[in-house]
Amino acid sequence: MRTQFTTFTAIVERDVRVMSRNLPDFLTRIGVNPVFLAFIFGYVLPQTGTIPADFANVMLPGILGITTLSAGVQGTAIPLAWDLGTTKEIQDRLLAPISLRLVMLEKIIMGMFESWVAGAFVFPVAYLIMSDNLSLELTSVGRLILLIVLGGLAAATLGMVLGTVVEPMRFAMMFATIIIPMVFLGATYYPWASLSKIPWLQYLVLLNPLVYINEGYRAVLTPDIPHMPFGYAVLGILVSTALLMAVAIRTFEKRALS
Amino acid sequence: MSEPIIQVEDLCKVYPAPGGRRVEAVNGITFDVADGEIFGLLGPNGAGKSTTIGMLTTMVKITSGQVVIAGVNVADDAIAIKELIAVVPQITNLDRSLTARENLLFHAKYFGVPKDEREERADELLELMALRSRAGDYPADFSGGMARRLMIARALMHEPRVIFLDEATTGLDPQSRLMLWHKIRELNEAGRTICMTTHYMEEADQLCDRVAVIDQGRILALDTPANLKALVPGGNVVELRTAVDNAGLADTLRRELTGLENIETEENTVRLFLDRPEQGLLEAVEVARIHDVELESVKLQPITLEDVFVGLTGRGLRE
Repeated sequence: MRTQFTTFTAIVERDVRVMSRNLPDFLTRIGVNPVFLAFIFGYVLPQTGTIPADFANVMLPGILGITTLSAGVQGTAIPLAWDLGTTKEIQDRLLAPISLRLVMLEKIIMGMFESWVAGAFVFPVAYLIMSDNLSLELTSVGRLILLIVLGGLAAATLGMVLGTVVEPMRFAMMFATIIIPMVFLGATYYPWASLSKIPWLQYLVLLNPLVYINEGYRAVLTPDIPHMPFGYAVLGILVSTALLMAVAIRTFEKRALS
Repeated sequence: MSEPIIQVEDLCKVYPAPGGRRVEAVNGITFDVADGEIFGLLGPNGAGKSTTIGMLTTMVKITSGQVVIAGVNVADDAIAIKELIAVVPQITNLDRSLTARENLLFHAKYFGVPKDEREERADELLELMALRSRAGDYPADFSGGMARRLMIARALMHEPRVIFLDEATTGLDPQSRLMLWHKIRELNEAGRTICMTTHYMEEADQLCDRVAVIDQGRILALDTPANLKALVPGGNVVELRTAVDNAGLADTLRRELTGLENIETEENTVRLFLDRPEQGLLEAVEVARIHDVELESVKLQPITLEDVFVGLTGRGLRE
């Protein structure tokens, strides 16, 4: 067990070194979309009178949710799919004295960490851009942190499933068929409660983990806007993470061992 | 010979295939590898060599049978096995995000090698593998030979007892191949057990103490290269090359030569396996002269492992 822990920390150190080398690239990749969303929906459109100024309050939690999701998924899925499918670089870690599950867990933790870094970068930038039109009311710092932690974990676990199932060549297809629908049907641009006028859709989107992440951010940051109770949001994130983890354990071992 | 370090018993690997079929990639193979030996698995592509190495190195699930390395059963304790072995795979799997030296250092770190030791060893191995001047470069810029040498250096960082080389020289230019052979011999002389796969007969012949000839998931013969070659009678092969394609020559030789064990034909070449090849050569030339067949060249060649493989399977290694 001691040596497995040594191996685990060495693998983490490897990933942190590689990530810190690629930090400018990483922040660009992860930051451009949310920063433009913040600029258009939180500054330009309210300024031109196209949308009401308080729409910024609806958008900010959604922007955080998208950032969490895409950073976590990309942080895990993309390198993993290349490693397993094409470059086989991960073999040196699969052949290290550590169980395959811990190698998998390390990848998820790194994806989660990337999701936090992305959130920590995007939140202040988006806040500054949108600040004229924002009226945030942070109800609990502890809850915000819990949400960031759990949201990142859910996203990275989803990334583990996708990275072990989807071939790298089919990634564009995966973004079109999985990530984009998740974003549009994830209560990103509207509060979940507003879907009550389309009940079938309101219940269908509960399958989407991003709904719980976005609604959780609403509960913590913009409590005046209708939102899911915080506890339900956390429960939703936990249940989807557990289900995704159960799938990921199978799909990862299937790919790591032939 | 001392106690075997690798014991493989009735090992099988069955893959499910489309349409409910089963593909038997490895079909009940048994062999031992002695401590300090260079052991070779020789066979054509698709013979089951890499699958066998995969099962020995914990990367392929064993369908049935067992593998014991240094007293540890692979199926029971994969982590302990990984501590004992190193694998140099067929394809380059170096960490492209790390420099050559970092590849070595992180690998050693995964195995818990202390800092001073891993830094010293990395420098020594970069020197040994003639990569010192490229220590700070990323492996993406490396040639095939350099990448292979770096993978061998990486394999040695945690001082494994057994090194598995899977088609280590495939795709390399002749010069890099010779250099690698030299390095493999040096490692072995330093006391490491080496288990390698190859489809190059000369590689198996030059490097291995013992060779298992493998085809379609089964071991057909297992012995020293010299003993394997002794399976083909005569010790030498007579090779006749005609100026033009001459299919009739083989039939004529088959009828008229004495002590002919086997005959192979390929385009303008006829290869004769004879009881007494030296005398047979003279007879064969005489037969050609009588039948007015113009010979371009006549050679007496030593038996190779390729001839052994052909003798065992009726096919060449590269077919």
